[in-house]
Amino acid sequence: MTATATLAPPATRPVAPGSSRRRRGRGIRSLPARIALGLVVPVLFIAFWHLGRELQLELPFGIRMGYLPYPADVAVTLWDFAFGGLRDDAFSTTLWQHLGASALRVGAGFGLATLIAVPVGVLMGRFYVMDSLFDPFINLIRPIPATAWVPLVALLIGIGDQATIFLITLSAFFPIVLGAASGTRQVPERLVEAARMLGTTRAAVLWRVMVPAAAPAIVNGLRVGLGLAWVILVLGESTGVNEGLGATITLARDIVRTDLIVAGMIVIGLSGFLSDRLLSLVLRLLVGRRPVFQKGARG
Amino acid sequence: MSAEIHIAGLEKRFATATGDVLAVANVSLDVAAGEFVAVVGASGCGKSTLLRILAGFEEPSGGEVTVAGAPISGPGPDRGVVFQDYGLFPWLTVRENVAYGPSRRGMSRAAARATADAHLETVGLTRFAQRFPGELSGGMQQRVAIARVLANDPAVMLMDEPFGALDALTRSDLQVQLRRIQRAEGRTVVFITHSIEEAVYLADRVVVMTGGASHGVPGHIRAVVPVPLGDDRDVTAPAFNALKREISELVHERTAAVA
Repeated sequence: MTATATLAPPATRPVAPGSSRRRRGRGIRSLPARIALGLVVPVLFIAFWHLGRELQLELPFGIRMGYLPYPADVAVTLWDFAFGGLRDDAFSTTLWQHLGASALRVGAGFGLATLIAVPVGVLMGRFYVMDSLFDPFINLIRPIPATAWVPLVALLIGIGDQATIFLITLSAFFPIVLGAASGTRQVPERLVEAARMLGTTRAAVLWRVMVPAAAPAIVNGLRVGLGLAWVILVLGESTGVNEGLGATITLARDIVRTDLIVAGMIVIGLSGFLSDRLLSLVLRLLVGRRPVFQKGARG
Repeated sequence: MSAEIHIAGLEKRFATATGDVLAVANVSLDVAAGEFVAVVGASGCGKSTLLRILAGFEEPSGGEVTVAGAPISGPGPDRGVVFQDYGLFPWLTVRENVAYGPSRRGMSRAAARATADAHLETVGLTRFAQRFPGELSGGMQQRVAIARVLANDPAVMLMDEPFGALDALTRSDLQVQLRRIQRAEGRTVVFITHSIEEAVYLADRVVVMTGGASHGVPGHIRAVVPVPLGDDRDVTAPAFNALKREISELVHERTAAVA
């Protein structure tokens, strides 16, 4: 029995995820070293920012660094935005309320996009007719940027929560539907045959075979879609809403608070980053150690 | 109706750019319940097409095919298929792969699990029940695929060059296991292979197919050779080799004649 295991040729299938991990992170490339290396560029960037502000540098593209806030000012504003006690202005400690409002919109838009895009994508990937019906239309609509939708949405929906969520749903829809469609298209027919001969009905193949087999591509689409949701958030919140990180940035621009603009940008960036991690974590908890993540795409 | 599989005048056409091609024609064969039939022949002779029709993956263009008295309508758990490339579900554990069929038949979780474990024991993979297919060697994956089909208790097992991708040692190990299981459980098996030795070692009868589109003649059965060697077969015995030679000549006759 063990002879089979040792004498058998290497499996023709790709090895389970995790093996890519082993190649990295050994020897000199320990975790502290990686963290230290990862800090080099941000530290240099902040130093350059500070110096550029100090010397009022002018960069190409007409970037006047003199108009920037100092990094230290941004740090103070950020702290005050979150915990208060430093500036005691209208924005002190309001970060959580804005973050909550924004996260709710991102969550709603992304969730809605997922609910629509995954089934549509899987059907497109599986059925020629569905693909022929939807693919041209989707590819015609997809290049229209969300910014171009804003005026029409403002007239059709008005401004406010619904318009923002609509824009987020619209933007997140495309990467998810395309990921699901291409992932499904690449599922080997062999797996369908295997499922059918084991007693799976034609319809059940969709969720018993297509969805799990296309999961890596679907997950990739979800991650891209969630990232886009945060991008579109600022656009969607720029008019008609009072609460939200995008709304805060817009307001900060109107009252010329560059420190607050940058603080808001940092919070949005961190939120996008953390929500990606959260998504990966949730999926990981759902699927356990099943190999449904693509190599190097684990959270 | 003692025949488990009944094939009469089977033919299969494929549409190509240059018109229809008759890939298989005039194939008639009865396989008895509990019989092990191997089908050998050169590439393109239609042996895989025959198996795919039995599996329900392809529809015959003409003729009659019944399994257990009923005509075939699509794939079904009464006809388990073992593929050359395993076709395991990579997102399911070994145990879940084997329990998949029983679950589809409406077995409870616990019962399906118990069935799976029993069949994993049959193929000697109990220790790997929690692993994923991608973590196993080719030979082990094929044993999972066999257990997965056995767990459905099919009337017929259809095997399409199941050991073709394995190294020689793994291959002979699996041949021994398959023979033991088939004899013990009295399974009806149709086994496609391009190895004459494998066919003679495993089968009660060897079906020799020739022809195929590249020969200008549709694939057809040239001969059906019984293997009267008993249960304890020695691949080095003179009788075994004589039979191998006989079948080999049948397989190669046309090519030899043309050359």
